[in-house]
Amino acid sequence: MKFNNFNAKTYLLRHAQVMLFSLGQLWRQPIASVMTVLVIGIALALPAGLYVLLQNLNQVSEQWDDASKISLFLQQDLSDEQARKFSQNIKQWPEINNTHYQSAQTSLEEFRQLSGLGELLDSLPSNPLPAVIIVIPSNNNLRPDAIGSLLARLDNLAEVELAQLDMEWLQRLRSISQTSQRGLTILAILLSLSVLLVIGNTIRLAILNRQAEIKVIKLVGGTNTFIRRPFLYTGFWYGILGGFFAWATLLIALGLLTGPINHLALLYNSQFIFHWFAGQMFVSLILIGMSLGVFGAWLAVGRHLNAIEPR
Amino acid sequence: MIRFTEVYKRYADSHEALSGLSFHIDKGEMAFLTGHSGAGKSTLLKLIALIERSSHGEVLVNNQNLTRLPQRKIPYYRRQIGLVFQDHYLLHDRTVFDNVALPLVIAGESHREIGRRVRASLDKVGLLNKERKLPIALSGGEQQRVGIARAVVNRPPILLADEPTGNLDPELSRDIMNLFEQFNQVGVTVFIATHDHELIKTLPYRQIILQQGRLAPTEIA
Repeated sequence: MKFNNFNAKTYLLRHAQVMLFSLGQLWRQPIASVMTVLVIGIALALPAGLYVLLQNLNQVSEQWDDASKISLFLQQDLSDEQARKFSQNIKQWPEINNTHYQSAQTSLEEFRQLSGLGELLDSLPSNPLPAVIIVIPSNNNLRPDAIGSLLARLDNLAEVELAQLDMEWLQRLRSISQTSQRGLTILAILLSLSVLLVIGNTIRLAILNRQAEIKVIKLVGGTNTFIRRPFLYTGFWYGILGGFFAWATLLIALGLLTGPINHLALLYNSQFIFHWFAGQMFVSLILIGMSLGVFGAWLAVGRHLNAIEPR
Repeated sequence: MIRFTEVYKRYADSHEALSGLSFHIDKGEMAFLTGHSGAGKSTLLKLIALIERSSHGEVLVNNQNLTRLPQRKIPYYRRQIGLVFQDHYLLHDRTVFDNVALPLVIAGESHREIGRRVRASLDKVGLLNKERKLPIALSGGEQQRVGIARAVVNRPPILLADEPTGNLDPELSRDIMNLFEQFNQVGVTVFIATHDHELIKTLPYRQIILQQGRLAPTEIA
């Protein structure tokens, strides 16, 4: 033992006391404390909420990955047999998982049923619709650039009038989502920084308020660790309470959004269900808040502690 | 116990507070430090408490060379010295008990030990019945006694006091001096800076007299 009267139980008890003492101090200045907690909470809730929305957007686009099919509209002069053969041929390509051939006649039948324009179609001299091959790419070719080159190759084939990616907008959604993800990272960093500054500033004021006490503690032999401890716990509480408030904010805000979003998904016949990982979010927000709180307090105390020396 | 050897203290404005000061106080001795204001009394005490460091020369306290004591060890060093100030430096947002307990809390003493020693200390200065009061509710003399109780609560071998009777009337001053004598009788080295000549000339202790940062030639041995 380094100190003859050092005792683990006393040490832990002291920590518990300081922890409660600093919570009590927040309690004694409720308005100032609540304002600080709100600022921290909002700063944490913003990136967390955006993160949840982005995760859900990714989930939507992943779900549609399965549906990223290419439609090949074949030349009109191709016979049914030639078309079938062509379909079998391209099915052998490694980039292609499967093809589904639909003759011009079938297309016409389908259109007749869906459109209800039967009589009008009957009056046409010939079938205006081309035969179609639905190409389902192999799974490893689902990246936007790979799918783009496959599309170009198919479009260049003599048998193909037009190759069309059904879900071109998916690429756009993806790149929007990637951009937003980067934006989110920047936003999260900036807002974390603001949490550090808010906590740092609050702790700085607390230190200035207790300057006399710090001097006396230094005079009777208090170490910097001892002096720092209550301030670190103050930051700890601010962080935890801020994290909790952020979570509660998300609970309400996303709760309001869940209904409309699920309704929207239903309109698109989607299996999509809006998730916001409440449990995970709770743990993360509390942990992030706590770490930022303690770290911000540490920075502030480190800066100001040495400036206060007995004279 | 306290030994100064050729100690100089110069401030940034090139004012020299102590110039080549040498003296020695024995273990268990009680001594007064006197001199005009500005003679360097406070500076000398600050060097012993390591609130400031000497510019030159050697300060030895309780066998430790303060010139070489690293910054991070200062708190542990200060626990060996009880400090008493003219304006007490009590914390006004906590009770007498909590003020006196502070050095023990810092040292990590157990709850029970703290209670026992704080009460023993308050009993010694005659304030046991005031432990739940806030310092502001006490008289000047009582506040000074709380300061003394805090200084001795962790039984330091050295007690330093800077003008402990500066704000008190003669009768209360006499009481305070009595207290210091009692601690000295149980072996504590006591060193008191004061300009209260009326009081100390009635007491049989050595005086170290400072004059412009040096020992005055008239030191009474």
